[in-house]
Amino acid sequence: MPQLADLQADFAAALADPSLPAPAGLKRQTVLAQSRRFDVYRNNRMVSLIEAMEAAFPVVQRLVGNDFFKAVAKSYIRRFPPRTPVLLLYGESFGDFLEDFEPAAGVPYLGDVARLEWVRLAAYHAADAEPLSIARVAELPQELLPELRFALHPSLHLLNSRWPAASLWAVTSGADPSRAVDMKAGEAVAVLRPMLSVEVRVLLPDGYAFLFALAAGNSLSVAAERALTIDDQFDLARHLQGLFALGAVAAIHLPDSFSQQA
Amino acid sequence: MAGMTVSAAAPARAGVGLKAQHYEDILGQRPDIGWFEVHAENYMGAGGPPHHYLEAIRRDYPISLHGVGLSIGADRPLDESHLQRLKVLNDRYEPGLVSEHLAWSSHGGVFFNDLLPLPYTGEAVAHVSEHIDRVQSVLGRRILLENPSTYVSFEVSEMSELDFLQAVSLRTGCYLLLDVNNVLVSATNQNFSAEDYIDAFPMEAVREIHLAGHARDRDDAGNVLLIDAHDRAVDDKVWSLYARSIARAGMTPTLIEWDNDVPAWKTLFAEARTAERIMVTQYALQAEMAHAAAG
Repeated sequence: MPQLADLQADFAAALADPSLPAPAGLKRQTVLAQSRRFDVYRNNRMVSLIEAMEAAFPVVQRLVGNDFFKAVAKSYIRRFPPRTPVLLLYGESFGDFLEDFEPAAGVPYLGDVARLEWVRLAAYHAADAEPLSIARVAELPQELLPELRFALHPSLHLLNSRWPAASLWAVTSGADPSRAVDMKAGEAVAVLRPMLSVEVRVLLPDGYAFLFALAAGNSLSVAAERALTIDDQFDLARHLQGLFALGAVAAIHLPDSFSQQA
Repeated sequence: MAGMTVSAAAPARAGVGLKAQHYEDILGQRPDIGWFEVHAENYMGAGGPPHHYLEAIRRDYPISLHGVGLSIGADRPLDESHLQRLKVLNDRYEPGLVSEHLAWSSHGGVFFNDLLPLPYTGEAVAHVSEHIDRVQSVLGRRILLENPSTYVSFEVSEMSELDFLQAVSLRTGCYLLLDVNNVLVSATNQNFSAEDYIDAFPMEAVREIHLAGHARDRDDAGNVLLIDAHDRAVDDKVWSLYARSIARAGMTPTLIEWDNDVPAWKTLFAEARTAERIMVTQYALQAEMAHAAAG
């Protein structure tokens, strides 16, 4: 009977559950049980994962305080331990977890602040792509414009919050400490990293609908229609400018009809 | 990698673990240091600043890729997708050295983010060797296996840690990474002589040495328990064991690891300079003694 499998199963179970005794099979170097020695492993694991979460969610940590953060991070790690050795994006479901975390029920915006911090992280580590200039659109025959589709930048993430998530983030992180925060106003947010630094932009509802439709692969004309249903004053030319100025377009897909002609 | 101007090989000099906090200092000052080591898992994102800075640094310095997540000691088969990620980094950055740990860190699909200890049995030798064979065949190169810091040991162990490392190295052809701080930590915790361990270490297989700081704690019986914390300067006892190691191993790429409470660049750089002075001095002394013996 192979011992290694049994030994590692016992060790892993005791590591994950501090109510269990240290695993059987440890050598007794002293007359005492080796609980403090085994606890080094429990502690290394928990402390290092809490530190990873502190690095990923510094604004949530600042909002709730160090002790509360450690406690909630510990619960999260127990419930959703990492499933991959790459911890760069660990905590994707932390926003959902916070929303259901009873002791944080009085702070209903925490979940969205955590989601914003996670998408900033995702944007930071996303694939690189050279943002296109709007001059590329100007070179195309104008009659093609309505049928254009865009591959948006791989780092682009959209977040529609019932809370002023971006303003809360900006004020608490120190990125914009004097910004006014209207707790009654939700914020639709675009996060992206066109070059090296991650940008967070608050969008108006029509702009968000436009970007959301483009991100889903719709043509420019369909995206503009969606935006017009939100605001009949939607200005396509201005938003197209804004989109390229933000560095959000990585490629332009011409309509099939045009490709066939060419 | 496009635009690499420096040879891949890590020279027999001191290097340091690369930390994001120091990217700008390094690129601004281009310090006179042998090489840098990175934790492979920190560069497994698709893109972004980590790759931008590592590419810039790789243009001027050799690097070493140090894995902390492959779980080579697990009883289960290796995580092939993780191995592929390692291969991508190996191909992209052409590291002079690639290393992993004699440890396991995943079980049942859960990653523990710690280097967990193995029983030193024939069965474990077979598992570890099989995994190293697989890593070496995918990467197309020999890797280095690092001796661990341990806080417990197992009743079922049949051999010493040294015999275990030696057996794996012989079976797979892998090189060894001698972590001198780990030697002191394990020797203190497991009550063996660090000096004897260094004196018996198979130096012919060593291609890299690690140095780091450790913390002190106590076990249930009140005995000193050293913790491999990487959070402070290298301890005097570790410097002394390092000199003893160099006296046997000769000039060997040597890394300062400082991963927690990371100091200013100046402080880290000074540790590397100290290592290099000790290395050069020991080498000269040994050459002198060899000369005297011959004369």
